[in-house]
Amino acid sequence: MSHTPGSTTPGRGPSPVHDIIVIGGGIVGSAIARELAGHAVSVALVEARSDIGDGTSKANTAILHTGFDATPGTLESRLVARGYDLLSDYARETGIPVEHTGAILVAWNEEELAALPGLRDKAEANGYHHSRLIGADEVYAEVPALGEGVLGGLTVPDESIICTWTTNLALATDAHRRGTDILLDHAVTAVTVADDITTLHTRGGDVHGRWIVNAAGLGADRLDALFGYDRFTVTPRRGELFVFDKLARPLVDRIVLPVPTKRGKGVLVSPTVYGNVMLGPTSEDLTDRTATGTSEDGFAFLLGKGERLMPRLLEEEVTATYAGLRAAIDRSDYLIEADADQRYLLVGGIRSTGLTAGMAIAEHVGEMLTASGVVLKERDALPPPPAMPYIGEAGVRPYQDAARIAEDPAYGEIVCFCERVSAGEIRDACHAPLPARTLDGLRRRTRAMNGRCQGFFCGSAVQQLLNDHTDHDTEQGCARPCHEVTS
Amino acid sequence: MTDSRTEQAPPLTLTPDVLVIGGGPAGLSAAAALAPRVAGDVLVLDREKEAGGIPRHSDHTGYGLRDLHRVLTGPAYARRLTETARRAGAVIRTNAMVTHWASGLAVDVTSPQGRFRVEPRAVVLATGARERPRTARRIPGDRPAGVYTTGQLQNAVHLHHQEVGKRAVIVGGELVSWSAALTLREAGCSVVAMVSQYKHTESYGAFNLGGKVVLGVPVVNRSRVVRVIGKPRVEGVEIEDVDTRRRQVLACDTVIFTGDWIPDNELVRTGDIALDPHTLGPVVDTALRTSRPGVFAAGNMLHPVDTADIAALDGRHVADQVVRWLATNSFPHSSAAVPLLAEKPLRWVSPSLLRPGDPAPPRGRLLLWTDEFMRVPRVTARQGGEVLSERRLAWPAAPGRVFRVPWSILRGISPHRGPVTLTVR
Ligand SMILES: Cc1cc2nc3c(=O)[nH]c(=O)nc-3n(C[C@H](O)[C@H](O)[C@H](O)COP(=O)(O)OP(=O)(O)OC[C@H]3O[C@@H](n4cnc5c(N)ncnc54)[C@H](O)[C@@H]3O)c2cc1C
Ligand SMILES: Cc1cc2nc3c(=O)[nH]c(=O)nc-3n(C[C@H](O)[C@H](O)[C@H](O)COP(=O)(O)OP(=O)(O)OC[C@H]3O[C@@H](n4cnc5c(N)ncnc54)[C@H](O)[C@@H]3O)c2cc1C
Repeated sequence: MSHTPGSTTPGRGPSPVHDIIVIGGGIVGSAIARELAGHAVSVALVEARSDIGDGTSKANTAILHTGFDATPGTLESRLVARGYDLLSDYARETGIPVEHTGAILVAWNEEELAALPGLRDKAEANGYHHSRLIGADEVYAEVPALGEGVLGGLTVPDESIICTWTTNLALATDAHRRGTDILLDHAVTAVTVADDITTLHTRGGDVHGRWIVNAAGLGADRLDALFGYDRFTVTPRRGELFVFDKLARPLVDRIVLPVPTKRGKGVLVSPTVYGNVMLGPTSEDLTDRTATGTSEDGFAFLLGKGERLMPRLLEEEVTATYAGLRAAIDRSDYLIEADADQRYLLVGGIRSTGLTAGMAIAEHVGEMLTASGVVLKERDALPPPPAMPYIGEAGVRPYQDAARIAEDPAYGEIVCFCERVSAGEIRDACHAPLPARTLDGLRRRTRAMNGRCQGFFCGSAVQQLLNDHTDHDTEQGCARPCHEVTS
Repeated sequence: MTDSRTEQAPPLTLTPDVLVIGGGPAGLSAAAALAPRVAGDVLVLDREKEAGGIPRHSDHTGYGLRDLHRVLTGPAYARRLTETARRAGAVIRTNAMVTHWASGLAVDVTSPQGRFRVEPRAVVLATGARERPRTARRIPGDRPAGVYTTGQLQNAVHLHHQEVGKRAVIVGGELVSWSAALTLREAGCSVVAMVSQYKHTESYGAFNLGGKVVLGVPVVNRSRVVRVIGKPRVEGVEIEDVDTRRRQVLACDTVIFTGDWIPDNELVRTGDIALDPHTLGPVVDTALRTSRPGVFAAGNMLHPVDTADIAALDGRHVADQVVRWLATNSFPHSSAAVPLLAEKPLRWVSPSLLRPGDPAPPRGRLLLWTDEFMRVPRVTARQGGEVLSERRLAWPAAPGRVFRVPWSILRGISPHRGPVTLTVR
């Protein structure tokens, strides 16, 4: 294992050659790095941004899919189903918030009603056998707040909600503990493939590796082009969402899905693991890969849908709105291909199921690398999976935990009142192996400032704590911004 | 949503006579008036590091006129109310947040000293109100740094001495919007514009004139913000003239969303206490009782939002009612209660329930909120379709601040003829 820090900091020793470099610190790249680092190879994770999980993986609908509605026989269908199991187990081990709420697909017109039996058959073909057709009465019995006009439904008892932020962070932290060099602020801009070493030219300096895995999400096609390919184009497909106040949570205790169409999964109403209710997403093809803003049209569209789906929901306050970009490509399956000559593997087109499938994609990538001649020998004595801070609502949070507060009063000092985040949790997030360095990073690790007041009460106090804790790092010799996290 | 599924009784239980939740002007004034008059403890809990509520970080003058008959800065006022309550014998605990209703009147509390339960004989809810942030106003666009509410701005500038930007747009034309302008000036940030949906600039009364002259704040009326622009920091806001639909972008690096109040009503809603659909605070009668026997409410959670001295006087008023409750434990029958309704352009009225035999409301005033400016307003009260009384008032009804109406307008209402409707022309 190589534990040498990255080559890019002057005076830090010779530049190492990693056995495998994974580009992209989203769910998929982090899962791949973690998987590979479980073997006797040296791994680096190279990320353009200054934090892990700051791309598509931070802004999705956070559903842990069973894969019941995937196209049978595709790679996606197989990896989503497998990913569901892997991530469910991993969540239990690490403390990633998950709630197995179940879902109901709801038909609002005759056409949709007629489509339900076909969907059940599709689920069966995907190996999912728990779906059941139910009548309108039963739908209303399950979700009384639904708008008028429901004709029938299909249950999917195992669809679940999960915390996408903790998932990404757990995978990356785990990869880090297994020895992966995590290189933030390292946007790859050019590639030089030589005989047995590839050099990635990045904004943070050159990085060298024998094999390169491209898991760059929205940027995957552009990186692919740097390896001389012209095989696909990523279309950013924007999804906008509303997050309603926690006081709306009693209205929705499971995922309410529309009947899917060719355009995608449609607008859903779903509880979140933080105790809110979500409405969305839209689906809109764009060209700008940075267009993560929300729009008037998107809002109007969602409110129109919401009016029909659950009018009472719209009377509640909106806590947050956001948009994410799916990496849609011009074919109907994941595009995962290895190029043994260039020692290069592409993981492309991981559109709307990548949170669920990430760990299974990682497993699949390991198999493909092995098939391409990479020797992946399992290491024994791996560090245990990390215990992640619990930021869900269904379990016990630190502010509710008398024993924990008695041991460390900082967990009893609530700083963010709406989300009940304690000073202890903020401190921990600033000193974690992959620490929060920005307010947004802190939000994703603790929920601080994510609540209904959006900082009216706590914003400046939270900022102060973040400043204090990161200044503290500086004193310890890690000059700010200390983006480079090495093992 | 009391989360009883995850709650276990904490080890320690306190049993004061009265629990006041919220140590702002309303809660502190209630506690100061109650402590000398009840046998047991009067316990005030506040989740902030210090008691005093919003005035703690509202570092400008204009506090205390109606309750203390003098004018103080917010922080001085907050300190004074805190001391008065302490000296009167109230127990004030800060850094102590009420997180759940347990059962009956009992609540669970988190503090650095540990988790504890409080089982009082009466509760006064005084948790105040806050401004709706940009997200709750459903304004699309980017999600840049540099977007604040007035509350966050004042906290940042006055309590934490943090920097804000150089050029700000203030969204809203309420009293508090001028408060934001003052704070920005102190922080060395100029105001590009104050954007307001209201028609008349004079609708904000004298402050507006003074504001324009003294602060040099350009006001853009009849306009709304339709988009926030910028990444990673604010670069501008797009605004629309609501009459012509014409749009333009105002360049700025800071946006302050002011006013547009909502009570901090979590404990109201999770406590199954009847909610007023217009104020979004609890329904109260003139004795400031909520629908839950033994639970009273005072301050901005009833009238989002009036000035601090009015909240304080609510606190004094509620004290008498709490004393009465402790002595008799009686809660009036609701059958004869008359609901008070506000009709357009009025948005809400507080209190909104009248019971025969109850006291006059605090200060003998009904508090209302208007969406239209009227220089010489005529207020009408109707019951069962008939005009009960009509009054012409000598002060304007202006959007963006509370409109006060003498309670005598309700003289002669009958307890049996259904709701009373108030309107203004
Ligand atoms: C609205 C919406 C709803 C969704 N709902 C769900 C759901 O409910 N369930 C589910 O399972 N999935 C869902 N998804 C899909 C899921 O979010 C994605 O499939 C997943 O996040 C993809 O992860 P990733 O690692 O491939 O991409 P990303 O998270 O985008 O990671 C790619 C990373 O690569 C980095 N990068 C790019 N270019 C370079 C470069 N040149 N150099 C270095 N680094 C680079 C980026 O900065 C980024 O961090 C949804 C997606 C959206 C948008
Ligand atoms: C920015 C701004 C400027 C203002 N300027 C002026 C001015 O110049 N002059 C003026 O007269 N008025 C002004 N006001 C209005 C004035 O501040 C309020 O009228 C007054 O503070 C209301 O008092 P209150 O006690 O109802 O609520 P608050 O002052 O809001 O106090 C409520 C308290 O309850 C606590 N609390 C809430 N929930 C819990 C819980 N679950 N557990 C424990 N504690 C809890 C809070 O921490 C807070 O301290 C301004 C308001 C704002 C926001």
